[in-house]
Amino acid sequence: MSEMNEKLVFDKPDSVIDRPTHYCPGCHHGIAHRLIGELIDEMNLAEKVLMTTSIGCSVFLYNYLNVDAVEAPHGRAPAVATGVKRARPDHFVFTYQGDGDLASIGMAEIMHAANRGEKMSVIFVNNTVYGMTGGQMAPTTLIGQMTTTTPGGRCQTHEGAPIRMTEIIASLGGVAYAARGSLDSVKNIRKAKKYIKKAFEFQVNEVGFGFVELLSGCPTNWKMTPLQANERIQKDMIPYFPLGVYKDVSEEGGIC
Amino acid sequence: MSKNEERIFVKGNEAIARGALAAKCKCFFGYPITPQNDIPEFMSSAMIKAGGDFVQAESEVAAANMLLGAGAAGIRAMTSSSSPGMSLKQEAISYMAGSEVPAVIVNINRGGPGLGDIGPAQGDYYQSTRGGGHGDYRHFTFAPSTVQEAYDVTIRSFDIAFEHRTPVLILGDAILGQMKEPIVPWIPEDVDEEAGRDWAITGKTADREKRLIKSLFLQEGELAGQNKHLQAKYDDWADLAECEQFECEDADLIICAYGSIGRIAKTAVRKFRKQGKKVGLFRPITIYPFPSDDLKALAEQGKRFLTIEHNLGQMVDDVRLAIRTVADSDFYAIYPGNLPTPDELEEPILNSLEGK
Repeated sequence: MSEMNEKLVFDKPDSVIDRPTHYCPGCHHGIAHRLIGELIDEMNLAEKVLMTTSIGCSVFLYNYLNVDAVEAPHGRAPAVATGVKRARPDHFVFTYQGDGDLASIGMAEIMHAANRGEKMSVIFVNNTVYGMTGGQMAPTTLIGQMTTTTPGGRCQTHEGAPIRMTEIIASLGGVAYAARGSLDSVKNIRKAKKYIKKAFEFQVNEVGFGFVELLSGCPTNWKMTPLQANERIQKDMIPYFPLGVYKDVSEEGGIC
Repeated sequence: MSKNEERIFVKGNEAIARGALAAKCKCFFGYPITPQNDIPEFMSSAMIKAGGDFVQAESEVAAANMLLGAGAAGIRAMTSSSSPGMSLKQEAISYMAGSEVPAVIVNINRGGPGLGDIGPAQGDYYQSTRGGGHGDYRHFTFAPSTVQEAYDVTIRSFDIAFEHRTPVLILGDAILGQMKEPIVPWIPEDVDEEAGRDWAITGKTADREKRLIKSLFLQEGELAGQNKHLQAKYDDWADLAECEQFECEDADLIICAYGSIGRIAKTAVRKFRKQGKKVGLFRPITIYPFPSDDLKALAEQGKRFLTIEHNLGQMVDDVRLAIRTVADSDFYAIYPGNLPTPDELEEPILNSLEGK
């Protein structure tokens, strides 16, 4: 408290470690980390969390959240998390994966963990590009998007169409909840937090598998300013990856 | 050890599954591949009855990664496969070695390369002893030759895995896996399933720091330190190397063979002994660590060596490395795809005995 009688109105969540992140300016990983940290605090999960991190920029998530964690090979986080959850079923298990990791090399693992109805939560950060390796094409790269491996822009006849993961996951048995949010604006960030909270609740209540996709910016590999990156999410990504809840068994009255 | 004197008549595969159950294995992650299917089939109900869990994974890749997760959580867990599936498991095994996750893995070796066949072979020796994935690592590897021994080493594998924080491999083959024999099952006493888990992820409580199971070491010198630590651990295993020596004492010629071939060679040795020919058998029970010192001691007594394997010459490298300063070893290959018999071994043994 300073002499000016300032009042602290915004602080970091307890489960987020007080250190600078390694992320580029304008990257949304920090926001996604914070949302998870807030929910771990609000839902009193810290002692229950066994986190599985994956390969890519977010591998260092374990340096920023004050919880136990295991590092999975590229794409395999849902399988590793399955092992963790089956071994310690009374714990709270989640994975945090990028689009190269989850939708490309890890396609089999995410599909089957979802279909088995593993009682875990998956946070899927989609920025339409491989970030850490330097901006190559991902399965989610949009048509016409230039990357280091599609220098002329992604072409549907040559590289296929961008994959919409949330729609695919929502179609599988065992999935309790599947939603797509975005981190480009305050309004969307608030909505994204509600989605993550719902997915987490489905695990706490032992209903089934929860999946939340988060559209995110990668100014460095998109070769844009942070503000331009946010605009790109609104103009190019959201029309192709519509936001919203794709599956919610509590509303459908369905059983996983 | 409490001996349950009742004998049971089981396949090698089932003996391994029962050994894991006796050792308080709580999670099993499997995938169908011949000739090891009896193991996941047995475990699919046994794990549930034991209060644990069983998952038929979508692939051998996923099964091994599930094992990584369960091991990181400090739970006794196992997976099993056969050669083509083992190639797929190497990714996770490398991560387990790098992040020092205890786990037990079974390979019921079949013929290769590629799809090969579903018969016995020993073509996976290099993969089983050199660290079959990427990076500088090793894992503890048992090579049982009887169904009883398969049961016994499975129980011990879990203790070693947790004592040394390492993946442990049990290397059998289609003969051992599919052969039925009477065994005396025993239950190890005092298995403490939570002891020595002060590294495992169990949920961060207020009274301790967060725990992290990882194999990524990016800071300057960090990975070098980890590799130094791992190598020191492997070097310490030298004292744990085990072998069987049969009729070696006065032998002129020592046959070096492991697993099922070790057993077949033993029959051949008995036959030669009846004829008064001085032949003995040296059978490694652990192939990593390899019992080099025991073998070298035999070489220093002036004995000659013949290595027989169901492959084109892999363990013979370790034999030659062990005795290189004093002797060499002949080699006889049983080609994968052919079924070995004791009679087939007579001619190569006679040739070596006569120095041809």
